[in-house]
Amino acid sequence: MRSSSEIETISKRATKAAGFPWGIAEEVGKNIKNLELLSIAGIENLNLYLHLAKGRILYGPKKILNQNKLDGKSFCPFYTGSALLDSANKVLEIKKLTFHLVDFPILLIPFINRLSYKIGKKINLRIDNYNFVLNLNQFVSSNKDISKVIIENAKLVEIEVIENEDSFETSTWNKLYELSSETFVEENERLKAIGAGAGLVDND
Amino acid sequence: MRQIDLRNPKEIMTLSRLGSFHQSKLSFLRSFIREFKDWKFQRDLFELDKDGYGVAVYSVQKDSRSYSLVCFASELDSEERSDRVIATKWDAAFVLHDGIPTKEDIQRLKQNVPKQEVGRLSYKELTLSRANKSVRVFEHTVEALASGNQPDENVLKDVGYLYRTTAVYGSGKFGLADRYRIKERTEICGPFRLEMMLVYLVRQFTFDQVNHIAKLRNPSKAVELDNNIARSLGIGNSTGLGMAPFIINHPTLLHNWIYSREEALRQIRSIKKVDVEDFNKFKNCFLRSKINIQSWKTESEYQTDKIKKLCKDLIIFENQFLSELNFKEDYFWDDLYKWTEEKLSDEGIEYIVSMLMEPYDNIINPLVENMSSEEDLYFDIPGERLISDLINIIKDNYSNILSIDFSSEKEITNFWFISKNKEEPRLANRHEEEGSELEQPLAIARDISHLFKKLSESPAIQTVAEFLMQNNELRHAVRRCFIIEKFPYSEIQDNTIGSKLVPIDMLRLKLSFFGAQKFDPRSSRWLRINMYQGAPLIEELKNTNDTWIYNQL
Repeated sequence: MRSSSEIETISKRATKAAGFPWGIAEEVGKNIKNLELLSIAGIENLNLYLHLAKGRILYGPKKILNQNKLDGKSFCPFYTGSALLDSANKVLEIKKLTFHLVDFPILLIPFINRLSYKIGKKINLRIDNYNFVLNLNQFVSSNKDISKVIIENAKLVEIEVIENEDSFETSTWNKLYELSSETFVEENERLKAIGAGAGLVDND
Repeated sequence: MRQIDLRNPKEIMTLSRLGSFHQSKLSFLRSFIREFKDWKFQRDLFELDKDGYGVAVYSVQKDSRSYSLVCFASELDSEERSDRVIATKWDAAFVLHDGIPTKEDIQRLKQNVPKQEVGRLSYKELTLSRANKSVRVFEHTVEALASGNQPDENVLKDVGYLYRTTAVYGSGKFGLADRYRIKERTEICGPFRLEMMLVYLVRQFTFDQVNHIAKLRNPSKAVELDNNIARSLGIGNSTGLGMAPFIINHPTLLHNWIYSREEALRQIRSIKKVDVEDFNKFKNCFLRSKINIQSWKTESEYQTDKIKKLCKDLIIFENQFLSELNFKEDYFWDDLYKWTEEKLSDEGIEYIVSMLMEPYDNIINPLVENMSSEEDLYFDIPGERLISDLINIIKDNYSNILSIDFSSEKEITNFWFISKNKEEPRLANRHEEEGSELEQPLAIARDISHLFKKLSESPAIQTVAEFLMQNNELRHAVRRCFIIEKFPYSEIQDNTIGSKLVPIDMLRLKLSFFGAQKFDPRSSRWLRINMYQGAPLIEELKNTNDTWIYNQL
């Protein structure tokens, strides 16, 4: 078994060798390590993408907009992911973004996962028919098994910031709270009299 | 109350100053012994033949935790013995196993550990190493013991070890366990602690091996190596350029090492009244340590000059300061430090800084706990910051670097690369060798200089995110700027590719934190050192004190 350290180092070097700058290669090394720890096919996607990318001109966004489209060309997942990660405030402001045509979009997942951590909110990521919920760089859940998935090009990638809200009913919460309160002990009058704040008047 | 500040990173982080650092109480082999002195060390297996070839296992245990060193010694033709990293065979190979290895583990390791870089390890192994004998000293020792005598101490003194390691690997290399698997263990919270454990146990193996061979060579007459002689032997290490990029590639870790040293010095200089006991401890360590400097042998002109400077400094210190001091005066340590800055060379200043730490366990021990780093926490670039912020960070933290003229050929003479045959970092002349297009991102000063120029041409109110969308080739340099903003000791304040670069300054910095002694440069690119010379033997660990490093050798 390859260690995470080996995965990070080799991914970083290979990315540089394919023509990316060192700063991007550093990002990719960390990302592929994270994908493999999540049992997503990071190495397989990376290998195919780098061999495709080597020697080609690659494109990232020049600005982060709600609709992002190049004239018939595809976005590079690394330049796009880095730009999104760097532009966390802009993503928070726009909330819902779309990218038309993205190469090897699985490689975008760890960037968006880190973005989720950075902004402190969950993110819904849709890559054509695959839906993902990215949870503060903790884990990735999806509507399909993606452990072996390789997507060479996505027609549409949608990124939506989810506002922090409960995923359960208030009535369910209340029932659970009621149960938890059974761990409390009734305080008698003598104990109340010596508790914090006791004996003081409000304007002391 | 006197206000004592941390020393200025721009002065401390130059290569000439970092290359004058000495071991101290913060050093990793000393903190290893402090942490593990109460653990149980034992030899669990020792199956060597009459020539000392075979397998041995040593374990270190406390409560439910154990670590084991598995040693494989084998025959090596003299033509095959090389300390270079390009070697493929060694006298002995070692691995530190997490727990007690089963028979199956030992069989698996036997197939892989002697192969080193081309073998595969598992998450159950923590560190990997190999070593070669100092043939002259090893044979002399075995022969003397076999004939009932102790080895000639003069022969041993010149070298100082029976074996020297040529590499010690950890943190996920070749399939070894990743650090995240074990980082929560409190006993290994300091950096390189498992590497230090491996080397300490290898030292014990070398003693057991010479005793074993001598005994089988002459059962009726052989004697065991005297404990005093054994104690005076360490483990040698040959180290080259492979180690140098580490301190550039791990900026927050470098900061934590240097900051610990600087904060220790600041706290010590801030002591208003120095206790007589603490002063005596300082004086005692100083006097004991300076005797050992006489045993630092090297053929390197560069290092000989440094040793001479150090010896001269220490004589001045002893004659002009130590003899006439009054430690009862307020802020005595601060006055002492200021005196060294005024009168001594970098070698002497940093030597005294190390000595000042000796009396203060209460200051040093909490700092040791913070010498590791969670580097990933500081990896992301805050893209929302403005270009004007970035310009100010560079002006505040890299002003020395901005004065270097990188359009001059001599300032960009060298480039760092990874060699194809050994996957190890190397240095070459850009103007004479091919391959500079594959340069590693280790020319930080040059890249910061380029970044500064590019930023100066950009709108000050542009965000870093917007800047990077157009200038991703400078991303690694931008990241470093935001790291140095938080970690002022994270960066070498010098040109690491100029014609005047002395790479062993980078090695010496790292090795001083390891706790190495006797720096012996064999060129400007590699050197030999000694580790654990004077250290307590396994059976003495429980009763050792922390000043063993100054035992007379």
